[in-house]
Order: sequence, then structure tokens, then C-alpha cells
Amino acid sequence: MNKIRGDGEIRVGVYVCHCGTNIAGRVNIKEVVEFASKLPYVVVAREYKYMCSDPGQELIKNDIKELKLNRIVVASCSPHLHEHTFRKACEDAGLNPFNFQMANIREHVSWVTKDSKEATEKAKAMVRAAVYRVVFHESLERKSQEIHPDVLVIGGGIAGISASLVLADAGKKVYLVEREPSIGGHMAKFDKTFPTLDCASCILTPKMTQVKDHPNIELFTYSEVEEVDGYVGNFTVKIRKRARYVDIEKCVGCYECIEACVYKEGKFPDEFNEGLSKRKPIYIPFPQAVPLAAVIDPATCIQFLSGKCKRTCQQACERGAIDFNMRDEIVEVKVGAIIVATGFKTFDPSRIPQYGYDRYPNVYTALEVERLVNSSGPTGGEIILRDGRRPQSVGIIHCVGSRDKNYNIWCSRVCCMYSLKLAHLIKERTNAEVYCFYIDMRTPGKGYEEFYHKLMEEGVHFIRGKVAEVTDWAVTPEEEGKLIIRVEDTLIGVVRRIPVDMVVLAVGLEPRTDADEIRRLLNISCSKEGWFLERHPKLAPVATFTDGIFIAGACQGPKDIPDTVAQAEAAAAQALALIDRKRIELEPNTAWIDEEKCSGCHICIGLCPYSAISYNEEKKIAVINEALCKGCGVCVAACPSKAAQQRLFLDEQLYAEIEGALL
Amino acid sequence: MNNNNNKFEPKILGIFCNWCTYLAADLAGVSRMDYPANIRIVRTMCSGRVDPQFIFWGFKNGADGILIGGCHPGDCHYIEGNYKTLRRYLLLKRVLKEIGINEKRLRLEWISASEGEKLQRVVREFTEEIRSLGPITEDRAFKLNLIEHKK
Repeated sequence: MNKIRGDGEIRVGVYVCHCGTNIAGRVNIKEVVEFASKLPYVVVAREYKYMCSDPGQELIKNDIKELKLNRIVVASCSPHLHEHTFRKACEDAGLNPFNFQMANIREHVSWVTKDSKEATEKAKAMVRAAVYRVVFHESLERKSQEIHPDVLVIGGGIAGISASLVLADAGKKVYLVEREPSIGGHMAKFDKTFPTLDCASCILTPKMTQVKDHPNIELFTYSEVEEVDGYVGNFTVKIRKRARYVDIEKCVGCYECIEACVYKEGKFPDEFNEGLSKRKPIYIPFPQAVPLAAVIDPATCIQFLSGKCKRTCQQACERGAIDFNMRDEIVEVKVGAIIVATGFKTFDPSRIPQYGYDRYPNVYTALEVERLVNSSGPTGGEIILRDGRRPQSVGIIHCVGSRDKNYNIWCSRVCCMYSLKLAHLIKERTNAEVYCFYIDMRTPGKGYEEFYHKLMEEGVHFIRGKVAEVTDWAVTPEEEGKLIIRVEDTLIGVVRRIPVDMVVLAVGLEPRTDADEIRRLLNISCSKEGWFLERHPKLAPVATFTDGIFIAGACQGPKDIPDTVAQAEAAAAQALALIDRKRIELEPNTAWIDEEKCSGCHICIGLCPYSAISYNEEKKIAVINEALCKGCGVCVAACPSKAAQQRLFLDEQLYAEIEGALL
Repeated sequence: MNNNNNKFEPKILGIFCNWCTYLAADLAGVSRMDYPANIRIVRTMCSGRVDPQFIFWGFKNGADGILIGGCHPGDCHYIEGNYKTLRRYLLLKRVLKEIGINEKRLRLEWISASEGEKLQRVVREFTEEIRSLGPITEDRAFKLNLIEHKK
């Protein structure tokens, strides 16, 4: 370390955090402090039990004032956690917050190193790297940028609806984008909700109507987000409004067109009823749909397939809402924050062939049964088998595709409870014998365990054991014509055969198949399973690592309705807190060109992914537009004459840090 | 592992991008996944910020191995910084070979924020590999004193 910046005497303070025993339990703090105090320019080195606590920060503030410190190093946790805290402490004491550097000796040292001696040596190196680096730090100014006050919500399920309503009620303009023809998501398909047995649509429909009627919400159904550009406070979003071939402004949902369709009966699997009923090419997804407007599916409509339809639907519509010439439309909106609430998909049980789904007609998924018990469903709420019989016995198999390393390792969290709910509804409507096959009963929630007890009293049979297979191979006369569930009852230690008429598979929750595309679109992270990753699992559950983008609901992980709503409203509050600040301060880590050094070689210009660098013909040098620069530093690494530099990541800072880490 | 090298503890420099690999290292910590203490981590905003000279500077300052960590292709926070890293990396490997530093001492890995386990595995593997290669001062570049090792 032979050259330093010439802005007066450099006085470094080093603060080593114990983090209780998180760091001190592995790293010899005394030794690190002793070592730090001997490093060049270090005026004081101290230790404290919790540096991030108020007294910890006071320690730094007092030293800055009393010892005239002008550089601060805190050796503690990850800068992603507390860099902001300590920068703020510096600022409070009158020191420019960028004269600060953090050494990560918890996540990167004490928590990952078994040997105490090795951990101490590594911690010393990390502290030395930070001290060497901080010497080259300089006072910087944060630039601030105006925040666009509108918000985009992606996904119109209960999460997206809840988040949109909170924001809209707070007076913010919300763009809600849903890919299906109606909002409502999975919840709209349910009959009752656990454990209160509220009617799902009775509590959801008013909210859906509120969304439609709210002056602050602009609803895009049958639409998808195609492009997201920009950054926190200033996103530009392109939304593709898919052609619906029905003008939703004109359509009143009278069903005349559907009646008039050349298909007398429905012919194509109805997505909303999980394929249990048939729909026509022109249809309204369900009676409470919002918007209540028909949609034409071009993949099944004769007019689109052959161009030779009599177009009876168009003739039937008095209001002239049907327009076969409609085209996809791209709408561009500007927003300050984005809430992602794209939800989940259910596990496909045909992946477990031994459970017989798709092989035996009377094996159903739970979501199919939800439609069967729903009074607006394909059977009007009657629980009947595919051949029209009423089941006399029903087996519900828990954990299908969940808690199984062959499929999904995680617990899907809602299956126990929705299985109990279905068990209750089936028993109530058909008086059938109901068997629940469970591995563990997981009912942690308000009123959930009580609901489980209620079902035991109702006479549902609970059998603990993972089901081996569902078969129709009868060995005794009473098994004839039935489905036989083979299972080891682990409470009594025998293998049992239970004959039933109907099998319900409690399928687990999975990330959506296109989660990866959404993730890339928004530049956020996924866990390795495919759930969107929150900034911190405990303390920042709705924020992501990309500022201005929040996540809510089951796209973040399996969740029931109360948790989804709570998280959605939390995401809305976070977005509100962001946009109500009006202006946002940006990290000053942008790049600039040293005019004297630039030879005008053009190398950096083509490298910049944001087209932030241009060529000044007059001066024959490159120029960086700092408003466009996002601070990646690609140009800095490539500049052959070292004319391009990046604030907070100057060459000399990184050289010093590397040297310090290795010595 | 060579028994003669048992006492040699390699120094490894990790240069990780802020958005993926640095977070993977944080995750490995939170999940208490232990790995050799030989690696010292320096953070840049993007792996594309890794100036080729950082690599030479690292080796000159005693790194026996250098691990660059970035986001998976297509996942870069800055759209395509990691592609530029990859191009530079491939060139750097050739240059290292030319000047007499074993090219295996430099490694580039794509490790996403959720891949704590991959980080642990890569650091373990790389540490063992460098251990078997021996100290960098054994490489021809240092023996021939082509690069001044001691200041």
C-alpha cells in the first residue's frame, strides 16, 4: 500500500462484531482486534457484542466525533444485511457514508468454517482487505431520481387482487395484469375455504367486483407482461392485450352468443372446471367472471380454423361486441414498483403411475373434486362419479407429489387442511365413508387443529401411512368393482387393503412452469425449486434483490389464503412506502470517463448493455450518460487506458482489497 | 491428494458478483454449509467488472488459485455482463498458459443466489485441485521470475 489519495490524514476505525456467539463462537475476536489495531492508518479498533444495536452504532458515532475518524470498517455480517445501517450511522456522525466498508466475517467466515483457528485467520484477512480498501474510499454524493407513482401488479388471483385493492384505496393508480380471461385465480374454483367453511366465491366475488369498479385500477385480463425495462421508480412495461374477439366494453355477459354458437353442445374441455365439463369455442369462464364478458378461443373456433363459419354468435349479439378482426394490442405503461403474484400450479399426479390417475376414471385430483362439490361446478355440487353413481366410500391420499424426494421435497402446506375440508364436504353431501391416508397431519394455523378434531368426531377414518398403490385388482368379492388402496398402517403395523369407490389425490403445489421466464423478465431470483426468492426469509419476505420489485402469494412458496392475503397486503404496503417517498436515492456506483486518459478507442461503447456510452466526435472521446448507467463496470474492466472508472469500485480500491485479502 | 502436499494450504481469491455468487455465499453461510477457509471473497457488482489485471494482480500477491463467480447465462443482473466475463476468461486462460501459470489456477463458475450447495461444492473441489497443483511459486512464470513476485 504505497499510494493514497491526497485529501488529508487518513484515520481508520475498525469495529469487530461478536454477533452474540454467531461470530465470537468461532472467531477469536480479541486476536482480530489486536491484529486490526496494527494495520496502517488504523487509529482505533474495538469489539462489541452487537454492532448493529443502538449502543454499537453509538460507539462508532462517538469515535468519529472524538477521534476524528474519516474511514470506518465494520467486520460483521453480509453488507446485504447491514451496510445501510452502518452507512447511516456514519452519516449521522457527520461522515460521508461512502467512507465505509464492511467485512463479511459471519456468512463468509464464522458460519462456514469449522476450525476456530482457520476462521480467525480468515477473519483477519477479510478485515485487512477492508482496511486496505477503505483508505481509497472517497466522499460521494447519492443521486436521486423521481419515483413514478403508479404500480403494476402481475397476476389476478387473490394475492394480486388484495395487493391491488390496498394500493388503489391508498389513491395509487394500479395496472393489474391477468393472463386468463377473468381474474380470481385458483380461489375462484374452490367451494368452501378451511377451517371456517366460508363460501369461497361469496368472499372473493365482492373483491373481484371492487377491482373492476375501482377508479384507480386499470384491469388487463387475457393479457401478459411482455417486456420490463428500467429500474426502481422508473419501470417501463409492455403489456400484450391478447385478442379476445369480444369487445369487453360492449359485452354484457348475456350468453346469447354462446347459445347461438354453431356448436349445439360444448365440445372442448373446460379449463375452469378442470376438464370435467365441456365448453364451446365462445364461452364465459364462470358465472361470476370479472370482467363478465365472453371470449373466443381461436384454437377451437371454426371461423379461425377454416374461415367458413356461419358466425351465428356475431349475428346473435345485438350490441355488436363480437369482432373477428381484433388483433393483439401492445400497451406501454410506466410504473414505479412491481408486485409479482403469479401463483402456483398443482402437481400432475400422472407422474406417479401407481396412484392410477389417468388410468382409473374414479381417481380425481383435489382440485377436480373442488369443482365437483362447487354448486356452480359441472355437476351442480353433486358428488358423483364419472358413471353417474354416488360414491359410498372415498379415500383421500395426502402428500401426492409433496414431501417425496422423487418428486418434490417440500411440504405443500395446504394439502392437509384442504383434504380435511374435502373430507367434511364429501361426508356432508354423500354420507360416504371417508378415509384419509396421511404421513403426518400438519394443521398449524388458527382454528386448524380444532377443525381436525371436529373431523375425527365426524367419523372420518384417519390412517397413518404412505399409500403404496391404487389398484382395481380385486382379491375378495367385496373388492369387486372398487378401487383398492394398499397401504401400510404404521400405527398398527399391518398392510391394509381399503376398497373405495373414489380416490382423491391431495396434489401438492409447484412453481408455475413459466416461472423462469417471469424471473428473467423481471431480473429476480428463484430458489432452486423455482419459487421466487425473497430478499430475506425472515426480515424481508416480500422484497426481492431487485429494488422496486415485490413478491406476494404462492409464487414465493406454498401458502394458504390467509397467508397469501397477508403477504399481498404487506407487498402493497412496501410498494406504497417506496412510491410515497416520491424520490429515491440511487447507489452512486456509476461509471465515468476520465477525459484526459481516453484515447477514443470505442471499445467500451459496444460493451455497454444499456447504450449509456456514446462517442463525442468533437473531443474524440467516449462519454457516459450517468442517468442510463446502471453500474455494472463492464466498461471499466475493458478500458485499455484506464479512462473508464466506477465509483465505489475503483481499480485502486479493488487492487487494495485483493492485496489485503491475500497477504 | 498428494501426501507431500499435506501441509500446503493454498490461498484462493474469490471474486464474486453482487447478485448471484456473493448471495450464494451468503446463503451457504446462513445454511451453515462449511467449506475450506482458504477462499477469501471480494465483491464486484458484476463478474463483468473483473479486469483481467485483477487476475495477474491476485497471482502476483500470492493467490494460488482464483475463482470468478457470476450469474448463469441469461440471468445476469446487467443483461449480458457474464458473457463478457466468459470471453475474457477464455482468453485469460490462454494468456496464463503462455506466460507459464497453470491455467487450472483460474476457474469461472456460474453460481446463482439459490445455489449455496453448489458454492460449497465448487470451493471444496477447487481448493483440493489447487492443493494438488501446489504453490503458485512452483509455476514456471514464478520460477523464471517473469513476474516479480516479491515487491
